[in-house]
Amino acid sequence: MSRVETETAASGKPKEADESAPGPDTNRTLVQILSSQGILIAFGLFMLGFGLFSERFLSLENMESVLRSSAIIGVMALGVTVVVISGNLDLSVGSMLSFGTVMVVDLHDKIGAAPGIAVMMAAVLALGCVNGFLVGILRLNSLIVTLGMLSAIQGLTLIYSGGKNVDIDPSSQDTTWFKVFGRGDIAGLDMPIILFGLLAVILHCIVAYTAFGRRVYAVGGNPTAAVFSGIRRGRVVFSTYVISSFCVGVAAIILGSRVMGSQNNVGQGYELLVLAGVILGGTSLLGGSGSIFETVIGVLILGFIQNGLLLLSYPYYTQWIVTWFVIILAVWLDIAGKRGRLFSPIA
Amino acid sequence: MTDTAAAGTILRLEKIVKTFPGVRALDGVDFELRRGEVHALMGENGAGKSTLMKVLAGMYQPDGGRIHIDGLRCVLPTPIAAKEQGVILVHQELSLAEEMTVAENIFLGELPRSRFGFVDWKVLNRRVGDILETLNVDFGPRTKVNRLSIAKKQMVEIARALTHDAKVVVFDEPTASLTDAEKTVLFDIIGDLQERGVGIVYISHRMEEIFRISDRISILRDGSYRGTLVTAETDEDEVTRAMIGRSLDLSRTSDARVAPGEVRLAVRDLSCGKLFRDVSFELRAGEVLGFYGLIGAGRTEIAETLFGLRRPSAGTVHLDGEAVRIGSPAEAIARGLSLVPESRKEQGLVLGMNCRDNITLPQIDRMTSGPFISGAREVEIYDKYQARLEIKAPSWRTMVKNLSGGNQQKIVIGKWLSMAPRVLIVDEPTRGIDVGSKSEIHNLIRELAASGLAVIVISSEMPEVLRVSDRIAAMHEGRLVTVFERDVVTEDDLIQAISGIGEHAA
Repeated sequence: MSRVETETAASGKPKEADESAPGPDTNRTLVQILSSQGILIAFGLFMLGFGLFSERFLSLENMESVLRSSAIIGVMALGVTVVVISGNLDLSVGSMLSFGTVMVVDLHDKIGAAPGIAVMMAAVLALGCVNGFLVGILRLNSLIVTLGMLSAIQGLTLIYSGGKNVDIDPSSQDTTWFKVFGRGDIAGLDMPIILFGLLAVILHCIVAYTAFGRRVYAVGGNPTAAVFSGIRRGRVVFSTYVISSFCVGVAAIILGSRVMGSQNNVGQGYELLVLAGVILGGTSLLGGSGSIFETVIGVLILGFIQNGLLLLSYPYYTQWIVTWFVIILAVWLDIAGKRGRLFSPIA
Repeated sequence: MTDTAAAGTILRLEKIVKTFPGVRALDGVDFELRRGEVHALMGENGAGKSTLMKVLAGMYQPDGGRIHIDGLRCVLPTPIAAKEQGVILVHQELSLAEEMTVAENIFLGELPRSRFGFVDWKVLNRRVGDILETLNVDFGPRTKVNRLSIAKKQMVEIARALTHDAKVVVFDEPTASLTDAEKTVLFDIIGDLQERGVGIVYISHRMEEIFRISDRISILRDGSYRGTLVTAETDEDEVTRAMIGRSLDLSRTSDARVAPGEVRLAVRDLSCGKLFRDVSFELRAGEVLGFYGLIGAGRTEIAETLFGLRRPSAGTVHLDGEAVRIGSPAEAIARGLSLVPESRKEQGLVLGMNCRDNITLPQIDRMTSGPFISGAREVEIYDKYQARLEIKAPSWRTMVKNLSGGNQQKIVIGKWLSMAPRVLIVDEPTRGIDVGSKSEIHNLIRELAASGLAVIVISSEMPEVLRVSDRIAAMHEGRLVTVFERDVVTEDDLIQAISGIGEHAA
């Protein structure tokens, strides 16, 4: 084994590393394994900790309730993961959810469930195309573009609804097939959970096993080298925003169907929760790394934190502070894993 | 002070060991540096030179061994501690704040203050002006760094080293992007430092420099110390053998060439704004056309235009007799063009990806069976080029950022060879690469041409263009001056052409 200089491995313990040297995958250093599995370890410890304090926490019933309440954030986080892997951000998903939900609920009674879904999906995808055009084709900074879109779409929603909350006619709420997305179940498993799982599997396959997925990683890892390799960077970035908006559309259907109504600002603040799930999973904001699977774990951690705090009867707003703390921790560990030590060697 | 200091030793490294997971990067390395000496440190990429110097500069902590500076044993836990001990490292890769002035960069972190705590610009600019004067450069303390060429930025780095009370100055590949005139200035500065009793560690792959300025040469191979030679008593062959453990076959057999085939690429009056104008040349199958010129002469820009990264403002390109307009790298690839770019880290590789994925990136669309990528087919391609180019990597899963420079370059070359191109353009194929890999890459380029490929090699090193090319296009300030036949061209011809003296010949 010669001639490999490992930048990231400065803090790796030499003795253990030597033991792994004869194996075929010497590149998977201890630090890398720890940083890739760290999230699962943390998850396990966390579940154990809360389980000790609250009997109900680990009950099957509670598990399902966490999954159910995480499904909407989760579906959105799947799409945002693809955007983040390509090295960009999408902060517009929260207000896009408000927009989509208001629209699908409002159109339900006006033009019917199926046409309503179709029109809403088209509108949300169009918003994704705007994001994709601005960031991918015009190459504007994604933070500014999507932050601006966050506010613009909120305005669009209020224009559409005239500021009034919308809901589906109470008499048809129990009879419409639209209720299946939020309230239905298959073999006792709630539909939102199934949709979340299904979308996760599909997106995981796209990201991990297709040529498109590989291009997303390349663009996020080194945009210049990607262009020099014949990858049309603009198209790839454009597509990631379309995927992200598609996921928001699905989330809007679930939310509208579950609540059977919507406020104009129902998705307010979701963009941060979604991003938290993505980061907690270990997808780096620097782009080029991460996975759909990790995001699922990240979203579940987020869900269990919120649920655990409620079960321990902390007021719900403590979760905002705890979530902040956990995000900072996750981002720190991500950077520390990359440079091989907790603190920067150069002040 | 011990007796060693009296004997003129300013720095001694004893039995330095540094291990990274899976690799013993330094295996008990000894190194001794005397006052006023230029001590060259040589070895192939990955031999441990940079690691040793990072240990010396406090960037890495050794797992074993001792460091003595001026006869005193030192521990250097941080780069700052190393600086305080008088160890200055002039980096291979530049670390300047682009948006700040030369003066601010040179005194970054220790800007002189006036009484109220504000930066004292007068003092700062005067002190920097003095230093720049000794360096004989044509820019002032108030110049913004992002306006300087790479070579001039390097001079700023060197100026930064001169502000400290240095005992040991390490130059890591300082001449990689310097012109000859700038090199002379650098060597004068090194001479000055020598006279002041500073010990110089000089890392370079360029033999002629080593033999020009060094007093002794220490050699590393595979992380271990292979002895020290006195420069005046050795020759290139002995040094090379010590470095790679064998002799190099540098002979160039011109009869091994095939007669050039039909015209592959015909470029007529190609222009791109102010970057280059009215460039015309033909490239035949089985031929290597070298592009020689100073940095900024427009060679890379021609390559980028051919590859669809830039829009030409005028001119035509014919590929196999067919007029083509190439608007993007994707189109260039589809038409059988490959470009091994100038900067492998920025343009050639996704450093955080593994070796296999980097090699197959341009043809990832062809790797699918059904909707999904076939990992097995990718590994097949990786294995083929790993064997053909002798890429030294533990496995295809290794991230390319963990490979040495030479092996990284082979990954980039493998990536483009695997596309089976009709025209291969290689831009600075051996920049920052050790002699062993360098000669392998040169031989490879010749072999590729012999097998019927049309190759363009862009290089700033005259020995390189002379060695690999059949014809050499000399460029000066955006114009193609002359295309020389390699067998009749002299070094003087080339130098005159690229410096604009022979422009009437165009």
